Amino acid sequence: MHASFPILTALILLPILGAVLITIVSNKYLELVKVIAMVFSVGVGGMSIWLLASFKSADSGFQYVSQHDWVTSWGISWHLGVDGVSLFLVVLTGILFPLVILGVDPHHDHKRYLAWLLLLEAGVMGSFLSLDLFLFFIFFEIVLVPMYFLIGGWGYDKRVYAATKFFLYTMLGSAFMLVGIIATAVLARRDIGYLTFDLVTIAEQASFATNTGRWLFVSFAIAFAVKVPIFPLHTWLPDAHTQAPTGGSVILAGVLLKMGTYGFLRFGLYLFPAAAVWAKPVLLTLAVIGIIYGAIAATMQTDLKRLVAYSSVAHLGFIVLGIFAITSQSLTGSVMQMVNHGISTGALFLLVGMIYERRHTREIAELRGIQSVAPIFSAAFMIVMLSSIGVPGLNGFVGEFLILIGSFQSARWWTIVAATGVILAALYLLWAYQRVFHGEPDEANSTFAEMTLREGALIMVFIGLIGFTGVYPKPMLERIEPSVDKLVEHVVSHSDYKAPTTPKIVAEPHGEKVGE
Amino acid sequence: MVFAATLDGPSIPWVELIPILSLLAGTCFLLLVGSLVPTWPRRGYAWVTGISTTVALVANAVKWNNLYYNKGETFFADVIAIDRFSVLASITICLAVIFGALMMSAYLVRMNADGPELYALLLTSAIGALVMVAANELIVLFLGLEILSLSLYLLAASNRDREESQESGLKYFILGGFSSAFFLYGVALIFGSTGSTKISGIGEVLSENISIANTDAMLLVGIGMLLVGLGFKVSAVPFHVWTPDVYEGAPTPVTAFMASAGKVAAFAALIRILAVGLEQRVDDWRPVVWALAILTVFTGSILAVVQTNVKRMLAYSSISHAGFILVGLEAAGHVGSDGVATSMNYLAIYTVLVMGSFAIVLALSGNTDGETNLSDFKGLAKRRPALALAFTVLLFAQAGVPLTAGFVSKFAVIKSSVEANSYVLAIAAMVAAVIGAYLYLRIAVSMWLEEPASDSEISVDPAVVIVIVVSVAATLIVGFFPELLLQATRLARFAPL
Repeated sequence: MHASFPILTALILLPILGAVLITIVSNKYLELVKVIAMVFSVGVGGMSIWLLASFKSADSGFQYVSQHDWVTSWGISWHLGVDGVSLFLVVLTGILFPLVILGVDPHHDHKRYLAWLLLLEAGVMGSFLSLDLFLFFIFFEIVLVPMYFLIGGWGYDKRVYAATKFFLYTMLGSAFMLVGIIATAVLARRDIGYLTFDLVTIAEQASFATNTGRWLFVSFAIAFAVKVPIFPLHTWLPDAHTQAPTGGSVILAGVLLKMGTYGFLRFGLYLFPAAAVWAKPVLLTLAVIGIIYGAIAATMQTDLKRLVAYSSVAHLGFIVLGIFAITSQSLTGSVMQMVNHGISTGALFLLVGMIYERRHTREIAELRGIQSVAPIFSAAFMIVMLSSIGVPGLNGFVGEFLILIGSFQSARWWTIVAATGVILAALYLLWAYQRVFHGEPDEANSTFAEMTLREGALIMVFIGLIGFTGVYPKPMLERIEPSVDKLVEHVVSHSDYKAPTTPKIVAEPHGEKVGE
Repeated sequence: MVFAATLDGPSIPWVELIPILSLLAGTCFLLLVGSLVPTWPRRGYAWVTGISTTVALVANAVKWNNLYYNKGETFFADVIAIDRFSVLASITICLAVIFGALMMSAYLVRMNADGPELYALLLTSAIGALVMVAANELIVLFLGLEILSLSLYLLAASNRDREESQESGLKYFILGGFSSAFFLYGVALIFGSTGSTKISGIGEVLSENISIANTDAMLLVGIGMLLVGLGFKVSAVPFHVWTPDVYEGAPTPVTAFMASAGKVAAFAALIRILAVGLEQRVDDWRPVVWALAILTVFTGSILAVVQTNVKRMLAYSSISHAGFILVGLEAAGHVGSDGVATSMNYLAIYTVLVMGSFAIVLALSGNTDGETNLSDFKGLAKRRPALALAFTVLLFAQAGVPLTAGFVSKFAVIKSSVEANSYVLAIAAMVAAVIGAYLYLRIAVSMWLEEPASDSEISVDPAVVIVIVVSVAATLIVGFFPELLLQATRLARFAPL
């Protein structure tokens, strides 16, 4: 590929092109529709992997920047760029979508389903790549439309309720952010001299009065807190996750929630460093409450999918903890954990979806003894579950451990409480595993079909990623760390925050693996 | 000086009147030739309406271009102001007339009641609207208001087979007459206080005199009455109660026209009076507009949620849109704000959205023009996917989803509001927009996610197709490239005093 090829723009526009093509093709050519969806999503996935391979790991700034004027009278530009914070989220998006498109059958209306999925991919890509506040908002908000239709059109019994709740909840959060974005640009004009929504320009050149910055930060934080979701704004999530079709749940957990945590990094810490430091105790506390609450709530669930949904609340709590502990290690861990959670929870939702396909129930009480009839399926579930728990050697451990060790230095007591969440995760997941897979299968479960080749191939991709990052996280860490260090420096130089000096993660030969 | 034998009237620059004269010529042609020649070719009346409006539109467009280097001027002893502001509003109104005529032709063909009367009324109401947006004198403005309103009363009641239509015409007439009286009383009081009925003249008097001896209270009451009168026309809460009934009862093309052109004209008049005439009294009217805006956005959005008739839903949503325009107007009450431009921007975009939405309602409303319940929209995606998609785009645009014109209009208004430091109002408006979004989602749910109640064939008239296609295309084009429209509306300025 040529060096000046606008790869980031292509990552956003290709899925849109695919969706348009699918819309044009007649309903009669269903196979053609599937081929188009596959070609475009795999193409985007391939490009994102190429991006990963050619990414300069030592460079902490934005790479592959693409900037064009868009709405000149408001100072809005099509400004895209990727750095260590967004790189892996882009790759995760690029990988997850083709897997969902290839691996999950929506059962009806394939054409519309695939078109919405591709549009969703474009929106998610755009959110992770935008370096313009206005552009970011557009992608952040437009994502709601395809997701709304995916949940509402292909979900389960209470899908319309869940989809509407999801849409309105998130839109309400965004309403505050929109006012915040406009106010940020308008107020920054005093320092910059002209109206611009450019993230980098505002973050580097504008400074806000203490209280103003705090208000602006809060307006952004509400939107992100709904999206993550942070306790107590999480109530849309269990409904949306449970009612969404399997593919929708995978995407929702895998990448959509990360738009919130990513937003905190990119538009919270980077844009309003002083205010983020000010809000640190509140967000740390909410994160820890989320970890404990999510774990307890997950333990109480009788629906397997709802259990996984609540486990997301707990996992995302860890990520938020790492973000607002603001140390190099905790932030690196958070970025990594965003990807890990996407892989392992995405895989869990896939597996729960497969159980539902076979048994038409997700009630834990109605499932038992699956291990004896479907050992391979059970083994796959076990590995994915252990990754979610954070067992050493698998990916979840690396991220969680980095978060805890990083946070311990700047947020000791919060971290101590949060660490108990790791044990709770083991409790609810292992208990669920025990109830569903152990014991003697009753009549209904004795015919539980073993994993098919297609399902197996799909899950193998996830397990491969889980194993690789668990054993050899270095390639990932060395790409994340420079950008994260730069972000921490930015926070330190723009606020009175003193980051604890932490050793480099990657520089040490065995740094993160010898911890336990 | 010797007494002149003749009375010196103002010189009449006929060229400036081309838009109004063209509409007038169209009206006369329709009424005269229409009564002399009994059978016209199919859609002949609509063609005449369309052509005369297009002439007006082109004349306005040329005028817009010629105004490029100067800021406009006033004519006829300063009672008519031709400036970028009025020309932009006129262009919007002309577009609404063309859309309205297209929908009217589809409606009348289906009703088997083609005739010149409704088109003539459409044109006369447009004449009133054009007078209103350019009026620089309160009496002339009142004349425009009455021409517009009287035509609309008749149009609303024009479906003789539907009781609701009769009821809506009568209701609109009585309440409208009431509000006109308020307006006129306001004009009288303001004249009594300032000695002028010219909007720019009022502005001059007020800028020369900080306080008008003994008559300040009279001025304030006058301002209040003006706000009541025009607040009724723009359906600002608490003067909105007529809106749902009238919108529901009136024939759908008339509702569309009323909701767009009528609102543009009333808002343009309101904005000119407040921003030019009462510029010195911003501190008096701004808090009132602030309160009206908050009430209007919330009432419109909240009451829309519980409706079951799509026309009523759109009526309440149009109330909520009026609230957003009031947000822009409130911003215009601050020094150095671009609130006037963003309000006009909102009006232009709103016109397109509302026309497209009602065109779809018209397409589905059946032979009685009464099948507009939400249940009639069930499963539309299965019956007519393209129609459902078009309505979805327009509804999401009204909700303010990005990459649609509706987002651009909301963003612009909120930006003006934030720049004017009206944060509370900006946040309130956005929260209300979220509440309102539930309404649009409900319609979308019933179109996409529910099973069709009937599978009867929906035939869409080609004229309606044109309206839908143009409005959806405009919604998306402006959504993706807002700069096109922003460049134009930014120049919407008033003639110098």
